[in-house]
Formats: sequence, C-alpha cells, structure tokens
Amino acid sequence: MATRHSRSAARLMMAPAVILLLGWMLVPLTMTVYFSFKRYLPMRGDSLERGLDWVGFENYVRFISSSSFWPSVQATLLIVGGVLVITVILGILLAILLDQPFWGQGVVRILVIAPFFVMPTVSALVWKNMMMDPVNGMFAHLWRFFGAEPVSWMSDASVQSIILIVSWQWLPFATLILLTAIQSLDSEQLEASEMDGAPVLARFWFIVLPHLGRAITIVILIQTIFLLSIFAEIFVTTGGSFGTRTLTYLIFQRVVDSQNIGLGSAGGVYAIILANIIALFLMRIVGKNLDR
Amino acid sequence: MARAVSTRRKIITTAVAWAIGLTIFFPIFWTILTSFKTEAQAINNPPLFWGFDFTLENYAVVQERSDYMRFLWNSVIIAGGSTFLGILVAVPAAWSMAFVPSRRTKDILLWMLSTKMLPAVGVLYPISLIFVQFNLLDTRIGLTLVLMLINLPIIVWMLYTYFREIPIDILEAARMDGAGLRQEILYVLTPMAIPGIASTVLLNIILAWNEAFWTLNLTAASAAPLTAFIASYSSPEGLFYAKLSAASTMAIAPILILGWFSQKQLVRGLTFGAVK
Repeated sequence: MATRHSRSAARLMMAPAVILLLGWMLVPLTMTVYFSFKRYLPMRGDSLERGLDWVGFENYVRFISSSSFWPSVQATLLIVGGVLVITVILGILLAILLDQPFWGQGVVRILVIAPFFVMPTVSALVWKNMMMDPVNGMFAHLWRFFGAEPVSWMSDASVQSIILIVSWQWLPFATLILLTAIQSLDSEQLEASEMDGAPVLARFWFIVLPHLGRAITIVILIQTIFLLSIFAEIFVTTGGSFGTRTLTYLIFQRVVDSQNIGLGSAGGVYAIILANIIALFLMRIVGKNLDR
Repeated sequence: MARAVSTRRKIITTAVAWAIGLTIFFPIFWTILTSFKTEAQAINNPPLFWGFDFTLENYAVVQERSDYMRFLWNSVIIAGGSTFLGILVAVPAAWSMAFVPSRRTKDILLWMLSTKMLPAVGVLYPISLIFVQFNLLDTRIGLTLVLMLINLPIIVWMLYTYFREIPIDILEAARMDGAGLRQEILYVLTPMAIPGIASTVLLNIILAWNEAFWTLNLTAASAAPLTAFIASYSSPEGLFYAKLSAASTMAIAPILILGWFSQKQLVRGLTFGAVK
C-alpha cells in the first residue's frame, strides 16, 4: 500500500529518535562495562589519561563478597516486595470501592490520585517531618492521644517507613490502572451472577479477580522496574543508614561517596542485568498487546 | 424497598470512600495548612487545625532566603524544554511507525521501551564523565537533554498509540485527492493528532517535573530545579516546618493541577498502551 517513496521517508523520520536512543543506551553502557573490568579509584591517582589497570572479574567478585552486598539485596527485596503487596492489595480494594456509585465520586478520585503527582523529594520530606517526626509529627500526636509512646520511625522502623512512604506514592498508580480495568468488566456478567445468588466474595474471586489478572501483572512489572531504582526517597530521609541501603543506593555510594568507579560499575552491571530480566516479562505482555 | 436498600448502601459507600480519600490526601492537606502558620504554631501541641494566625510570611521568607523563583524557573525550563525537544523528535518517528509500519516496527518499539528500563544508577558515572567533558554539569541544557532522552520512549509510545487510532481511510482519501506527504501531515493528520499530542505533552511535563535522580545528581547551585531545592531541606536548622511546607506547596501545586487534568492519559502513558 505504502509507496517506496513514503517508506524511505518513514525511515528518515524514525532516524533521529532511533539514533538518539541508540547513543543514549550504548555509549554509557559500554563505558560502565569497560570500567567494571578496571581498577579505577580517582582519589588514589588513577586517571583515564594515564590508563587504567585491567583487573578481570575482581570488581564483580568483590562487589558480591562485600559485607554490605547481602544486606542491600535484603533491603531491596523487603522494600520492593512490601510496596508491591501493599499497593496491589489496597489498589484492588480501592478500585472496587471507587467503582461503586456514591456521592462525590469525582472529588474522591482526585484525592486518591493526588500523591502520584507529588515529587519524590517533597513526599519523603513531608512524611519524615510532618507525619513521622517522633516529637512533632502527626503520628506522634496520635500515639500520645491513645496513651502510647511515640515511635522514632526513621531510626527504629526505617524500612517500614520507607515502604509506607513509597506505597503512598504508588498506590494511586495501582488504583488508577486497576480501576480502568474494572470499568471494562462486562457488567452483565456480574449482574447475572448476582441474580443467580452468588455471594459477594465468590463474585469477586471467580469473576472480578480473573478479569483483573492482566492489569495486576502489568502493575507489578512496571512498579518493580521503578521501585528497583527508587533513590530520592532514601537520599533525603535515612541516607541509606538503618538498613535502608538498597542495591541502587549501594551502587550510588560506591560511585559517589567512596569514588570506587570500578566496583560501582560492576554493581551497575548487576543492576542492569536484574532490571532486564524483569523487563523481558513486561515486554512479552506489551508485545502481545501490539499484535491485536 | 429495593431502592431503600440501595440508598442505604450508597450512604455507607459514600462515608467509607470519603474517609479513605481524605486519609490518603491528608499529608498534602496538612502541608498546605501548615504553610500558612507561624513556625511556633506549626509545632503546636496539640496540632492546630483551625484558630491559628493565618500568615503568608513563610512564602516570602522562602523566596527571600533561597531565591525560590530561580529554582522554579529551572524546573519550568527543564521540564518544558525536554518535553518540547522530545515531541519534536518523537512525532515523526511515531507517525511513520503508525502509518508506514514495517516488519521491524514492533521490534523497534519494544527496543525503545527497553532503554527506559536501564537503571539510571548503572550509568551514573559515565554520564557525569560525559557531562564534565562537554561542560554540561550543572547546566540547564545538559539536564534538559538527559530528561528528554529518558522520557523519549514514553513519548514515542504514547503518540504511537494515539496515532494508531486515527482511521487510515482518511489518509487514503487524501492520497487519492493527490495530497503529498507534506500536505498529508500538515492538513490531514495534524488536526486529528493534536489531542493525542496535547495529552502526551501534559504527562511528560509531569514526569520531567518530578524526576529526582538525574536532577539531584547532575546539578549543584545554578541549574538545580525544585526537586533538588526541596532536598536541601533534608538537613534543616532550627524551626523549619512552616517554611518546608510553603516551599513544598509551591513545588507541587502546578503539577497537582496539571495532573488532575491528565488522569486518563496517565494510565495509557505509563502502561505503554497496554491498559486503556
């Protein structure tokens, strides 16, 4: 249908985007892989001009065998897993609730979605100071009101605090996507089952949940990719202390704080591989959608 | 009788939904409220919901002490500039993929998506090295370029899903009438594509405005946008709740308003068209 002329024109129109992204991907990636095989400590006099020593897989081995590696994997899994569980479960419940008829639906929807638009540094600092501060925070006031001792959230329950903050940011995303999916559910099917006398739970379990399956998978995959690289929320609250040093934050510290570029780059390669494994699953779903 | 039951149910649903909605919104509400208090009242025990002396002083102090407008201007330039450049590059690409698809179109789209998933921290050092080399560190143009590149896949994808909904028959009719490629784009496609482009612009401004890895790591004093400005409150001195609140309110207000307009596009854009 398309002429040869328009085909070559189309290729030309695609070129800038493809070339830019290709450069954006390949150049830094090649450099990271290159550095990961080198001894590169700028503070100790290593420099690109004088050439770097080849150290083989030493950085890769050292990154994994360092005493902070496994705790960081644990922190990452706890935070990503915790946020996923909370946002998906609450997201489903909220989506079902918002789908019911009630007064002020539009306004409540706006209230629920709002946290997603708050920049990460603001939400982290507002939660840390205004909500979780052990003296002046809202939680401290609440705890005292009920006669309990206020909690020092950021030091005594640091991982839980980060999970709470990040869940608050991502709950709107999960809710919005699941709500969109619920609204596409065939209401006749639901009404039929309701007339047949199927109890609420059965209706939820056998009709709503299977229908949401694809949307839930998409929420989980997209959130995982973003959650693996959360940075600002930790940067402005605990700075990676009290067990909140995730893999991303550990790599950041290796590169920026201890200026061990080789080691940090090896960590970076691990992170890239990990993200790609998850991305592969997401691409398969999105790709299938393209064929329709 | 059935109607009475449903009214009762509606009342209960309304109460529950509003309670949950207000709880989720509370931190934002509390921040906005605190921004109008004096520092002493901001940490009053019990917390003050009403009866405090309404003041705009915090807003003046934040502007005076840290030149808030400069950070705001940086955010506007960086978010707006990266969006504009991204659209410029993405429109032709998405257009050709939607209307002149080839066997490889799907692979190219998926590959673009995969670049979005590279963890930023993995390429932090190379990018800063390149920035130093080209004198881009702490410049608005450098950050604009990076944000354009990280959001380009989302822009292309969103435009692609919108463009694909434009009926191809209209194009064919235009071609039959002898419209050339240029006329086709200018007079037929552009008017139909405007709504899709507008929503893409909206979502991308929000994403760029809130980006908080590169903005924190590639800027210092002169090009820092609001994300970095707020981060400077993480090591506060003395009483600062009301000022933090005022600064936060100003940083999120424009995007909250834009965001509420773009709820629907948000789903489409962030799921790469997989959920509509």
